[in-house]
Amino acid sequence: MEKTLNLFEVGEHGTVKSVTGEGKIKRRLFDMGITPGADVLMRKKAPLGDPIEITIRGYELTLRKTEAVCVNMEVNK
Amino acid sequence: MKRFALAGNPNCGKTTLFNSLTGSTAHVGNWPGVTVDKRDGVYKKCAEPISIVDLPGIYSLSPYTPEEVIARNYVLDEKPDCVINIVDATNLERNLYLTTQLLEIDVPMVVALNMIDAVEKVGDKIDEKALENKLGVPVVKISALKEKGLKELMDKAYNESRKKRVGVTVLKDSPLAHVIGDVKIALEGQNVANPLFHAVKLVENDEIEVKMHKETVGMVSAFKKTFNDDIFGNDFEAMVADARYKYISKNFAPVVTHKNKEKFKTSASDKADKILTHKVWGIPIFLVVLFLIFHLTFSENLFLLNGFGDGWMPSLSDNEAFLEKDDDGNVVYEDNLDYYMTEDGDYLTVGSEGVTDNGNGTYSIEGEDGEFVADDEGRLGSRVPVLNYGGRWLATIYDGTIYSPGVVVNNIWNDMIVGEIAGRIQEAVDGSEMSDWAKGLINNGIIDGITSVLSFLPPILVLFLFFSILEDSGYMARIAFILDRMFRKFGLSGRAFLPMIMGFGCSVPAMINTRTLADEKERTATVRVIPFFSCGAKLPILTAVAGALVIGTGISADLITYSMYLLGIITAIVSVLLMRSTSLKGETPPFIMELPAYHAPQFKNLMAHLWDKTKHFVKKAFTIILASTIVIWFLTHFDFQWHILADEKINESILAKISMLVQPIFTPVGFGSQLGEYGWVFVLAAVSGLIAKENVISTFGTLAACLIANPAVAAEIGLANITSEAGIGAVKAMILATGISVPGLLAFIAFNMTTIPCFAAVGTAKAELQDKKRYKWTLLFWVATSYIVSAMVYTIGSWWWTAFIWAAVVAAVAVVIVMRNKKLAAKQNVLA
Repeated sequence: MEKTLNLFEVGEHGTVKSVTGEGKIKRRLFDMGITPGADVLMRKKAPLGDPIEITIRGYELTLRKTEAVCVNMEVNK
Repeated sequence: MKRFALAGNPNCGKTTLFNSLTGSTAHVGNWPGVTVDKRDGVYKKCAEPISIVDLPGIYSLSPYTPEEVIARNYVLDEKPDCVINIVDATNLERNLYLTTQLLEIDVPMVVALNMIDAVEKVGDKIDEKALENKLGVPVVKISALKEKGLKELMDKAYNESRKKRVGVTVLKDSPLAHVIGDVKIALEGQNVANPLFHAVKLVENDEIEVKMHKETVGMVSAFKKTFNDDIFGNDFEAMVADARYKYISKNFAPVVTHKNKEKFKTSASDKADKILTHKVWGIPIFLVVLFLIFHLTFSENLFLLNGFGDGWMPSLSDNEAFLEKDDDGNVVYEDNLDYYMTEDGDYLTVGSEGVTDNGNGTYSIEGEDGEFVADDEGRLGSRVPVLNYGGRWLATIYDGTIYSPGVVVNNIWNDMIVGEIAGRIQEAVDGSEMSDWAKGLINNGIIDGITSVLSFLPPILVLFLFFSILEDSGYMARIAFILDRMFRKFGLSGRAFLPMIMGFGCSVPAMINTRTLADEKERTATVRVIPFFSCGAKLPILTAVAGALVIGTGISADLITYSMYLLGIITAIVSVLLMRSTSLKGETPPFIMELPAYHAPQFKNLMAHLWDKTKHFVKKAFTIILASTIVIWFLTHFDFQWHILADEKINESILAKISMLVQPIFTPVGFGSQLGEYGWVFVLAAVSGLIAKENVISTFGTLAACLIANPAVAAEIGLANITSEAGIGAVKAMILATGISVPGLLAFIAFNMTTIPCFAAVGTAKAELQDKKRYKWTLLFWVATSYIVSAMVYTIGSWWWTAFIWAAVVAAVAVVIVMRNKKLAAKQNVLA
């Protein structure tokens, strides 16, 4: 099943399919290791539900849902 | 001298390594983005001294924020003799992403595998030889914190620096290798340095590169037309990033052997995180932490045992064991009298109604407990028994109430150390053969001024210690995570909170730290409000005035201090909101940030922070503040004809005349014309604060000493019992001399907290804003804010019903802004 990263539930994990979005934000997401094939675990949501915290390439990264929309994921069972 | 540059991801330990190598104490913290400017030091344990340059952390050589540009430009343009690429061994994949880019530059390089101790502690292993073979540059395991492997690292780096290295790329197997090669040859033909690096960046369509190599861009575009990838289409930027990470996962990741094979493990750090960033409890926990920090620093009522009213616990002077006794075993009383005042504000004298002479030199007052004594003029005052040495030590911890650790350190420093030493020096000066004006200058000018500033070192350090612990533990970065949602409402990202909280220490590094914010408008707004996060130097104003108010009114000092900090924060929030909806409108900047692992704060690190802060503070006290104190003393003791003035003629002095001229301007904010002939002292103090905020209190110290030293003035306004210790006495003298009201005093604090900050901070703001017009507006903004905020405090405090008027004005302004923005938005929609 495919969906964007912002729609993940806490504890769900998946693999990055593609990254969309504009210039600088996309560049930053790449630099932080969000590239196709990377495994991502949705670790938690901040109080008030946003931003989110994910584990990727062995470290913790926080980003907003508005940025997570740019990440298309394949959900892992 | 050879130069080695330290490059690596944010928070991988570059500055810790820098400190270990050069013996410096540069600021280190456990959050990404502590270092925002390059700094250098010297390493001396090699064949020749080597200059070490610490660069801000970067994730990639395609920079995103201003401080990342600094790092990139240094490596490319300044041509260091060797680049030491620090790699966080606990987070190998992402760290090596930068390494693959650095490898493309024609510069000698060594990879330092930092935090190897943390990797080995969980049972993982890294095969550094295998990594070395794959990278083609030496790899050394180190622990910057424990200073392990540093010698080997530097020796290898030194060896490398004597060789030449030509850039290599991990993209050689990717479908892009061909075009990269072509562009590289073209660039070589133009004699460009680091052709491989620039070729890759050009293919990536890097903004800076495209501007730099206009003539070669065409070649890349031509190639792009013929090329189409199955996954990425024509997105070369994505392709390059993807190829790098693919290469890393395939070739470098296998060098690590994990003990725990699970893909997503739960560590102790995660468990701590579960509580601290909890969905419901995250924000309340943060607020409690913030409250505790201030409470442990300032509270004179640690366990709140006394509630908020009068204490019920016995004071030390109730117990004879703690009192000083003379040879005959009688309790010794202090000469200073705390005058008894009736509700009408009159003194009771020996002959007044209700006063009875007890015969032994003491008097009783009807309806009052205890015995009273009279001074030469027959005015009655309570007697203050003198504590003995042991009693004085005990009184630093407990006296009718249990003090917080911050207050205890403060009491020990002031009552037992600084006060003692200053008192002895002043006695010696008084007894010497110097002329009177010299004695006055030394005792009242210099010593009172300096000690009133030095006395505030303890709370500054204690507060700083707590914030260092927050920073070092990794909690700071989580605060940004927790608060981002709230900050977005004000048009900022959670990241902006980190420089703001640094502002509680000192505005200067806080303003520089705003470089980690990618958005220009967000940066400007943040720089402008940083001074409202009351810095260490403003703390003396706060505690001295609050302390004096307690004596006069009984309002809890804690309460005043907390609410003033809160006032600053609220002012900051309101002004950001205002700016982001008017002059600095723009999209909310993105928030993509690494959250570092928690770790216990390092003792060595904390002490280094404190020592740095102490050095800075003491140096400032003995240079700029000492100089200002002397100048102020002279200008308040000479008139325009350069005649030296006696203390009681202070009102005729140069500074008094000038200050009186501007005094009326401050009438609406509560410390202007309504204060009468001595009112100018508040004006002078506030203005002297523009040099350094500590000056406000040292000016009080100097001026109060003047008033007290003069029997004529003292008798007239009843100052005989005031000593100038710890700045509180000085403020008390000011209050009695001018009759300033409580709202007026609160407005005075508010004014100082929100007005133009000190010289140093103004200079930093100018440098960081980089735009003359924006800088001038910033100055105006500070003046206007302080004037409005303090006028609000003063008027509402004096006449509560004015609150409605202010509320109406605020509402009206809000409505106008909202309407205007709606109109503008509608216009833009039409245009679109």
